[in-house]
Amino acid sequence: MIMSLGPYASFIVTSYVAAAIVVVLLIGWIVLDYRNQTERLRELERSGITRRSGRSATDTP
Amino acid sequence: MSLIDLANPTRFLALSARVLPWLAAATVVLLAIGLYQTALAPDDYQQGATVKIMFIHVPNAWLSMFVWGVMSMASLGTLVWRHPLADVAAKAAAPIGAAFTFLALLTGSLWGRPMWGTYWEWDARLTSVLILFLMYLGLMALWRAVEDPSRAARAAAVLTLVGALNLPIIKFSVDWWNTLHQPASVMRMGGSTLDKSFLIPLLVMAVAFTLLFVTLHLAAMRNEILRRRVRSLQMMQASRVAFSSEVGTGSHQENASKGAA
Repeated sequence: MIMSLGPYASFIVTSYVAAAIVVVLLIGWIVLDYRNQTERLRELERSGITRRSGRSATDTP
Repeated sequence: MSLIDLANPTRFLALSARVLPWLAAATVVLLAIGLYQTALAPDDYQQGATVKIMFIHVPNAWLSMFVWGVMSMASLGTLVWRHPLADVAAKAAAPIGAAFTFLALLTGSLWGRPMWGTYWEWDARLTSVLILFLMYLGLMALWRAVEDPSRAARAAAVLTLVGALNLPIIKFSVDWWNTLHQPASVMRMGGSTLDKSFLIPLLVMAVAFTLLFVTLHLAAMRNEILRRRVRSLQMMQASRVAFSSEVGTGSHQENASKGAA
């Protein structure tokens, strides 16, 4: 079934594409930020800097 | 696990690691169902197919206010209870709220052009939502400008609570002033005026976008906790370097004074 979007199809399609792009950018930014922070923590731990509790900063209990 | 237990960032990280995959899966499933129902929804007798923009515009518009509401609750947590995760929650929510508000403005504008004949009108609803968007950007700039997270958190919390005054203005702007924007048709006294064929896909999309927000917010909070750990470890590293260089300088001076004696 092909949807008919009428004379204003470009407005409808642009809305959905823009929403998809913004959501993908948000997800990408959050995923990259997570990788960046965990990598920085591992680098610091490799250089001998550890938390006072002695636990790894990237570990969860 | 009680709420008090969640105040511990390590416990929060453990919980978010367990919950995030399920939340992400539920979001994808619900978004898929919502988009399918959106595609099947009939054309409006006046608006034609442009009514499909509603299914993406309205959830984003609701979330633009809901996220500020979440940030306001978190700001109370920062100022009143000094909850360890409160300012983490507020800071993590701001970029996500800004994105939803941007989408509400953009899709509203794209809906307005064919329906009203203009992309933009300086009326109360559109202008108050634009102010909300600018407040999100201002808060993000404030958090970046102040280096100490606890000082930034208190200033941001005050600004967030002041900004919350804009929420009832946005909600009731269509009743208080003359505007091109239609009045409330879903959340209103006397029930929704929307037909079920529009209301059900709209509610499914709204729940899907809310789940998307919860998922992204938990993930962004996890990132913010890790960022603060990086900062505290870097400060420990810097203080160790400063201490060892001080000790080094002290022993050099001691040796020099012994040599002189």
